[in-house]
Amino acid sequence: MSNTLNLARETLLSPAGIDDQHLQRIMNRLMSSRLDAADLYFQYSRQESWVLDDGIIKEGNFNLEQGAGLRAISGEKTGFAYTEDLHLENLLEAASCAHAITQAGQSGRIAVTGRESREILYPSLNPLESLPDAQKIDLLKQLDAAARAADPRVKQVTVNLVANQDTILVMDNQGHLAADLRPLILCYVNVIVEENGRREQAGTGGGCRGPLTWFLEDDRALGYAREAVRQALVNLEAIDTPAGAMTVVLGPGWPGILLHEAVGHGLEGDFNRKGLSAFSGRIGEKVASPLCTVVDDGTLPGRRGSLTVDDEGTPASNTVLIENGILKGYMQDKLNARLMGMAPTGNGRRESYACLPLPRMTNTYMLPGEHEPEEIIRSVKKGLYAVNFAGGQVDITSGKFVFSLSEAYLIEDGKITAPVKGATLIGNGPEVLTRVSMLGNDLALDQGVGTCGKDGQSVPVGVGQPTMKVDEITVGGTAV
Amino acid sequence: MSRSIEQLESMVADLLAEARKQGASAAEAAVSSSAGLSLTVRLSEVETVEHTRDQGLSITVYFGKRKGSANTTDLKPAALREAVNKACTIARYTSEDDCAGLADPDLLARDYPDLDLYHPWNIDTERAKELALKAEQAARDHDRRISNSEGATLNTQSGSFIYGNSHGFVGGYPTTRHSLSCVVLAQDGDSMQRDYWYDSRRDWHELLSPDAIGRKAAANAVAKLNARKLGTCQAPVIFRADIAPHLLHSLTGALRGHAQYRQSSFLLDSLQQEIFPNWVSIQEDPHIPKGLSSAPFDNQGVATRPKNIIRDGVIQTYLLDSYSACKLNMKSTGNAGGVRNLAITIGDLSLEQMLREMSKGLLVTELMGQGVNAVTGDYSRGAAGFWVENGEIQYPVEEITIAGNLKDMYRQLLAVGSDTDIPGSTHTGSWWVEQMTIAGN
Repeated sequence: MSNTLNLARETLLSPAGIDDQHLQRIMNRLMSSRLDAADLYFQYSRQESWVLDDGIIKEGNFNLEQGAGLRAISGEKTGFAYTEDLHLENLLEAASCAHAITQAGQSGRIAVTGRESREILYPSLNPLESLPDAQKIDLLKQLDAAARAADPRVKQVTVNLVANQDTILVMDNQGHLAADLRPLILCYVNVIVEENGRREQAGTGGGCRGPLTWFLEDDRALGYAREAVRQALVNLEAIDTPAGAMTVVLGPGWPGILLHEAVGHGLEGDFNRKGLSAFSGRIGEKVASPLCTVVDDGTLPGRRGSLTVDDEGTPASNTVLIENGILKGYMQDKLNARLMGMAPTGNGRRESYACLPLPRMTNTYMLPGEHEPEEIIRSVKKGLYAVNFAGGQVDITSGKFVFSLSEAYLIEDGKITAPVKGATLIGNGPEVLTRVSMLGNDLALDQGVGTCGKDGQSVPVGVGQPTMKVDEITVGGTAV
Repeated sequence: MSRSIEQLESMVADLLAEARKQGASAAEAAVSSSAGLSLTVRLSEVETVEHTRDQGLSITVYFGKRKGSANTTDLKPAALREAVNKACTIARYTSEDDCAGLADPDLLARDYPDLDLYHPWNIDTERAKELALKAEQAARDHDRRISNSEGATLNTQSGSFIYGNSHGFVGGYPTTRHSLSCVVLAQDGDSMQRDYWYDSRRDWHELLSPDAIGRKAAANAVAKLNARKLGTCQAPVIFRADIAPHLLHSLTGALRGHAQYRQSSFLLDSLQQEIFPNWVSIQEDPHIPKGLSSAPFDNQGVATRPKNIIRDGVIQTYLLDSYSACKLNMKSTGNAGGVRNLAITIGDLSLEQMLREMSKGLLVTELMGQGVNAVTGDYSRGAAGFWVENGEIQYPVEEITIAGNLKDMYRQLLAVGSDTDIPGSTHTGSWWVEQMTIAGN
């Protein structure tokens, strides 16, 4: 039995007096012969967050969340109930509610067994206790001081520091138990600068599945403070963005949001099973230029989007979505995989015990190409160089996606020139990657601040890409 | 079942007592509890049945001018003690902050109106299924181009909420919320489009009929088929009523006390400035009976009251909680937690009449992305809608952006339509803005 599983049992089940026989009883109540699948999901989550604003430690918050979600599945039907009270009678009552989608009927006994343990991708530590409180406060103050010292035009600084520990335990209707202990940390610096009455803002940060001391290594978090100031000062100089269709070179790393929005969501199993996605039924077809290979990889050690096992107990995997331009696969949870006759890919994720699992991305990125980034810039006569983004959105049915620039420059005669104001890029998911004409050799992943929303559920994700040249995207500027 | 008001009240009293015991000089706490049903059908079959049951508690403690806070979903006594304890520990590390503290006792809602927000719906899964099926069927029957469905969902929630603080204030009330929504896909050749409609009410008797919701979802999706792009140009823009509320929320966001004292607003130091044409007034009325955003007091117990935010085009007030009010040397306006039920001056023109008057331009029915800069007012968002010429809709458009600056958009507001029949808590018709930049081909 793995150490992770024992720790999860101690955290989740022991305090409520739940043992293996109880788990069997709950599962028997939940499961009947007419059901295809069922699972019990236990979660205990603690989060601590600190806010420095206006030069002082303004807020500190502790958040405790715990409960169990019980799901019964018959064909395409799902019954679901949850409770925050983990006592046996509450769990049995929730099981009856979730089960009510089919007629009554008891199944045979199941044996509760631990899944074979796999290599864990991040340490089983509690990040809330990975740094003494006084040092957390010191870090916030240092970042405030660093941002203000970086330039006299800095008028306002906000720093957020968040540490989260999530312990989950899931049992399927075969009696298999799987557990995961997930640390997650985040630090974000936002600044406002002012010059001659003009005000601009910018923010940057990072995070991982690890201890808060990670921010101290190589002055990593101090780097966020300086970078936020640099970006804000660039924005002070920004001119109106040209409007219209043009060549856009996307920088490495965070601009991988493009992949997340333009193709990622459209390749989630549920949308494809139901025929709702612009990519539905297109496996084997060309959906990108031959330069493009895109993967969703939940197995990268320590990454924000990584999972040792997903929220259904399936080990995370590295799934090829697009290979040399050809659509290869979808991201699956158990329900959609079963209904589509495919294998689950470890992408079944949920925001909490109170939400149903859905196929979701983990870390989605494009493999590198052969060009030096400078070569790519030099090849553009007139266009836009987009380095930082504030977020995006997609309509998976029409395929239309947008994302908002927070740092971008004009490219004129092969050279990066004036910075331009925040603007929106808009395109069509199944088309945009067919227009990729050059790829850099500089693959980078983002710094670890991404959060993805779907059906009202938020989960941490990662993105990445090399420098990428797209021959035409519509840029939503004001200058005609 | 969600917990009773009495149970929640005694929980708040216990928490405040525990905070005092742990040395806090002041404290405030809120507890909520709700239960409900959410049922989705898709292609005439039940897809999910969710029995929801949520509860949560938040506590903030003050040690003089330092504060700490904690939340928990576990309401057992041990967890409550832990939450108070954590909040107290945090307060040792936060800074002295002159404005930290409870709301001014004189402003608390000692006597508040019953806003008629509680209309429980004793509906079982069979009846819920029937209504959701009806909505989806109406959509699928509406047009032969409706090719697929994301489903129809009936959601009903009922709950209670209590807020109390160590000034001796304790207040709370039960609320309900019921909604029915439908999302369908339309297809014509290679063109596939998805759209929705919904309604949401405190009183389930007032919900729009399943037929009406289904038909509207279908009509919206079909109308988008075979959309074209536009050439880059400058043109007048009409924001259809159902998306117009976001323009009001950008305004109230900029007038929030937090944005003002942090100097992160595109309407900085703007009290008494004329930012709209003089025919525009905007009110907040938190006391509308059965209103979706109605509340007798704000998140700090401060009495809410109807007020003008804009009168004759001029900014009348910021929107303050007690913290930002202190920072700005003002008094709380009862807006801790946001604004409640906004309404703008409505004109005489229907949407059709507005299109005719505009003659040529863009009708926007959908916006995408987050491209609104709260500090500068710069606005650039993905859009879809219809191109209008000779006063009539010519064809649907998509994959375009519209850009401008909110200050210009407010100043150039030409008319607000009489088409106010939209779901939600905002009372507005469509907005006609004189000119924006449209980016396309």
